[in-house]
Amino acid sequence: MSNVFIAFQDNEESRPVIEAIAADNTNAKVVHSPGMVKIDAPGRLTIKRETIEEITGRPYDLQAIHVNLVTLSGHIDEDDDQLTLSWKH
Amino acid sequence: MNIDLQAREITPLRNTFAHVAKYIGHEKAASRYQEATFGAQPMANFQYRPTWDPEHELFDASRSRVVLADWYVLKDPRQFYYANWTMTRARQQDAVESNFQFVNQRGMVAMIPDAVREKTLSILLPLRHAAWGANMNNASIAAYGFGTAFTAPAMFHAMDNLGVAQYLTRLGLALDEPEALEMGKKAWLDAPEWQGLRRYVEDTLVVQDPFELFVAQNLALDGQLYPLIYGSFVDDHIALQGGTAVAMLTAFMPEWHDETARWIDAVVKAAASESDANRQLIAQWIKDWAERAQAALSPVARLALGEHGEAALTEARDKLDARCRKTGVLA
Repeated sequence: MSNVFIAFQDNEESRPVIEAIAADNTNAKVVHSPGMVKIDAPGRLTIKRETIEEITGRPYDLQAIHVNLVTLSGHIDEDDDQLTLSWKH
Repeated sequence: MNIDLQAREITPLRNTFAHVAKYIGHEKAASRYQEATFGAQPMANFQYRPTWDPEHELFDASRSRVVLADWYVLKDPRQFYYANWTMTRARQQDAVESNFQFVNQRGMVAMIPDAVREKTLSILLPLRHAAWGANMNNASIAAYGFGTAFTAPAMFHAMDNLGVAQYLTRLGLALDEPEALEMGKKAWLDAPEWQGLRRYVEDTLVVQDPFELFVAQNLALDGQLYPLIYGSFVDDHIALQGGTAVAMLTAFMPEWHDETARWIDAVVKAAASESDANRQLIAQWIKDWAERAQAALSPVARLALGEHGEAALTEARDKLDARCRKTGVLA
């Protein structure tokens, strides 16, 4: 199965997002490169608003991930509560 | 000539300070909140005890009857440290500012029926003084409490309470002449409906145990006052009678109450789950103070909502009890 991936700038704002992704996607691999954090996952990867809010303790607008988003690959399925990358339709 | 550019990764030898790593381990990069909180409490090298309280060290966990092996367990789930707290409040301040502008520009105050406007002023303006009391109490928690995880958010909370008092002041000036503030103070000092609440606030000002004060002010009193006043009174009562402007001008308060409730619940939960003695002590405090706060708010509820006041207050009390059950403090 091909990997999907998403990468964020390595900063304080993306930290809870990355933590949430790691918590929700057990098979995701988090790679820290200089200035950037890339997360690879086989086939599918989900970002959940609820998990991020649990980590930060505050309301989170999922659109805010785009501020620190570097790149991604995969088909996107997103709504207010989650963003999923996958190679399936 | 060829120049070969290569990126070379230099991994840091350690991810955070040793005193922070003691709590989270060396492998993990620390968040700003963790670095601004863990290990920040002054712990040693106090040769002299304060002359004003020779029974205790300058910073002394035994000022509270709550016993914790490590006061850093009282973490703030909002992860506020100075920078992100100020940024969050600045954003909210902008929102409130534009609400005030919106109300002013459209002359919305003039559209409020006079009776509704007067009722609003008679309930909200005396509460400036309750908010000031909450400010003093949280400053006291910050001063005499122990552990930065507990005292730093208490100081933010104190400043937030001051903000609430200031918004009420501005609301008074937006709705009426400056004399309205004077009338609010008079009611707070003399009107019989307010004396129970005033007594509650004044009695909490001298509570010595910082954790008991935390329960009495932030949980028992505010846990009932905010749902009663900004939920039942402003949103369900005043707004429906043509006072939408009032709900806009006080929009910060219910939002802030919901946010801070998460911190307050987390603190109570963490302290209570450490030992049965803590849990019983805190449960007793909650019962005693919540009972008193309910009694103190009862005439205010009646003044605000007439015959529905008592039901609205009971609803607020039920909400508070539900919160306390969720934290596992009350059965």
